[in-house]
Amino acid sequence: MSAPNDITQDSGAPTSALLASQEPQTPFEYVGAALRRIRSGEIGALPIILGLVIIGIIFQSLNQNFLTPRNLVNITIQMAGYATIAYGMVFILLLGEIDLSVGYVSAVGGVMTAILLRDSLTNPALSWMDWWNVIPIALAITTAIGFLHGTLITTFQLPSFIVTLAGLLAWNGVVLMIVGDGGTVNIQNPVVRNLASEVLPPIWSWIVIFAFVALLTVMEFATASARRKAGLRPKPVQIILAQTVIMGVVGAFLAYLFNINRALGPTAPPQQGMPVIAVIMLVFLIVLTYLAERTRFGRYIYAVGGNKEAARRAGIRVERIRVLGFMVSGFMAGVGGIVLASRLKSVATDTGGGNLLLYVIAAAVIGGTSLFGGRGKVYSAILGALVVSSVENGMGLLNVSSGVKFVVTGLVLLAAVVIDAISRRSQQRSGLR
Amino acid sequence: MSGIYNGKPLLETKSVSKRFGAVQALTTVDFDVYPGEVVALVGDNGAGKSTLIKGIAGIYGFDEGRVLFDGKEVHIHSPREAAQLGIEVVYQDLALADNLDVVANMFLGREWNQGIPTSNDAHTAPSGLRRLLRNLLPITEIDMEKRAVGTLNELAVTTLRSVRLPVASLSGGQRQSVAIAKAVLWNSRVVILDEPTAALGVAQTRQVLNLVRRLAEKQLAVVIISHNLHDIFEVADRITVLRLGHKVHTYMRSETDQQEVVHAITAGQLSTVPGMAS
Repeated sequence: MSAPNDITQDSGAPTSALLASQEPQTPFEYVGAALRRIRSGEIGALPIILGLVIIGIIFQSLNQNFLTPRNLVNITIQMAGYATIAYGMVFILLLGEIDLSVGYVSAVGGVMTAILLRDSLTNPALSWMDWWNVIPIALAITTAIGFLHGTLITTFQLPSFIVTLAGLLAWNGVVLMIVGDGGTVNIQNPVVRNLASEVLPPIWSWIVIFAFVALLTVMEFATASARRKAGLRPKPVQIILAQTVIMGVVGAFLAYLFNINRALGPTAPPQQGMPVIAVIMLVFLIVLTYLAERTRFGRYIYAVGGNKEAARRAGIRVERIRVLGFMVSGFMAGVGGIVLASRLKSVATDTGGGNLLLYVIAAAVIGGTSLFGGRGKVYSAILGALVVSSVENGMGLLNVSSGVKFVVTGLVLLAAVVIDAISRRSQQRSGLR
Repeated sequence: MSGIYNGKPLLETKSVSKRFGAVQALTTVDFDVYPGEVVALVGDNGAGKSTLIKGIAGIYGFDEGRVLFDGKEVHIHSPREAAQLGIEVVYQDLALADNLDVVANMFLGREWNQGIPTSNDAHTAPSGLRRLLRNLLPITEIDMEKRAVGTLNELAVTTLRSVRLPVASLSGGQRQSVAIAKAVLWNSRVVILDEPTAALGVAQTRQVLNLVRRLAEKQLAVVIISHNLHDIFEVADRITVLRLGHKVHTYMRSETDQQEVVHAITAGQLSTVPGMAS
């Protein structure tokens, strides 16, 4: 019981000992420090992994199709739209802001892509358009929308809640106007059509997962050796190896699942391999994590969310960082909108509506990103999206009414927020935060 | 101690005045601080301590008078320019981001990037591609951590368990130590501390006062604002008393006592109460 308390102790450390040598070194010390952090409330991704296990057990016991390779691929494809939009939402929440417009901004991205691709087939003036230039155009538009929101918020000192609420309404209207009376616009372009459903050849499952694990491991070892050279205590080699083994086992299991033939009958053509969309999610995970944790830009996002005044006094252009945050959100909403449009292979007047916005916010928060700014990780988006879409998918399999679906999703979100609050309170008790 | 005063003062104000609307906040105040000494700035609320400090730090300019740094007249228009001269202010509310760790806080706004020399570019803003690169290239955490640990060790701030702990988990004294270490990280020459021991316990106050003395030993010029005369008599070499925007007197600590300073703060040596019709 005394362990969490001595974090705040001033005495105890001999004055001759230098700072650096007080960091954990042996694997046992390292694990001990990690356990102490967990006990003092810094629980990280722990509850969500526990939650995923519980979700898996419950739905598998109710419907044995839940944990089949076929359905796991379905969940992967289902979560992609939520995860990509939630990546952007994490940056917004880190700033201590909220973006209620992402649902319909994503719809603007999807609808622009669909309309431009459709018109490029009929309108000779637009015949130069193809997926490789239409997608950047759509993303530029949604990024510009983020810029607009951010600029309004910072210039007139308005609450982001109100500005993006106005955006929610206005962009819904814009989507209705663009889609028009037709109601639905089908996507013909094969690249965009297949974005969400295409799978890679089975060998690529192994290559992608190996590359991902190898990248993280090499980076950990490089950091450790650089720290050793600089005279700082590195992360113990045993810990890095243990992490690699765990990641490798989990990754190999995933690759194995992706590569099981999931065709429904023995005579049907084989369906196996990793969905392209999973690779896209991983790439964004890596790029955005780098942005958030390794660059000045990311550091300033955390600083502004943690203490705006401190950031300002440190010479950080706070307003510019906030605008950039909304631009990241707009960009990722655009990506998500294209992914969602690809999944349905069409856009319609109701694109971007329904539960999309709430699922995205829920994903970021369930993943462990605080609504109060300054605390959270990019990967929380992908974990939260996995929870949200697992619950959605599981209840779809059980054929429950949408009323029950909403109630259950609401309870999952509530549980996540309660866990967040409890962990924060125990951090307060133990002197953290 | 006498050796300190043979040279020139590092920072000097010559009859500076500042007016806010109808309120004359400072009236022709002379103030100076030498390298290697601690000067305490005392006075009751509204005496003009903060106005003087903020004018020096570039939050706003003085209406009249001159500021000399290293013997040369300077015009400080922003905190950025003050930092470029080597003047750092540690404000009462610390200005640390609770969610960031010690290293991130000490380098906030001046992070190092690989390959882009930013050694002492306190707050300078390069333009265009360079700035874009600087914001998107990886931060060199290891070099930063090494420097932060080095600075904390130099100042003998050894009670921290790790420089990778979020600042939120530190005690008040540790937080103040980090804020002060942050101010001296950048080869600063003048450090101004606004109420550094307010809201600290006895042991932590001791810790911070020791740190303030070490700053002076490192030949920095230190200005400390405090209401606590006990602390001031422990740490300061000279004591400048302000009252209602006027300088009452500057005392050598060795030649005065608390009673005299209290008298100067409350009644003043001024023959008349400033601003009042006689």
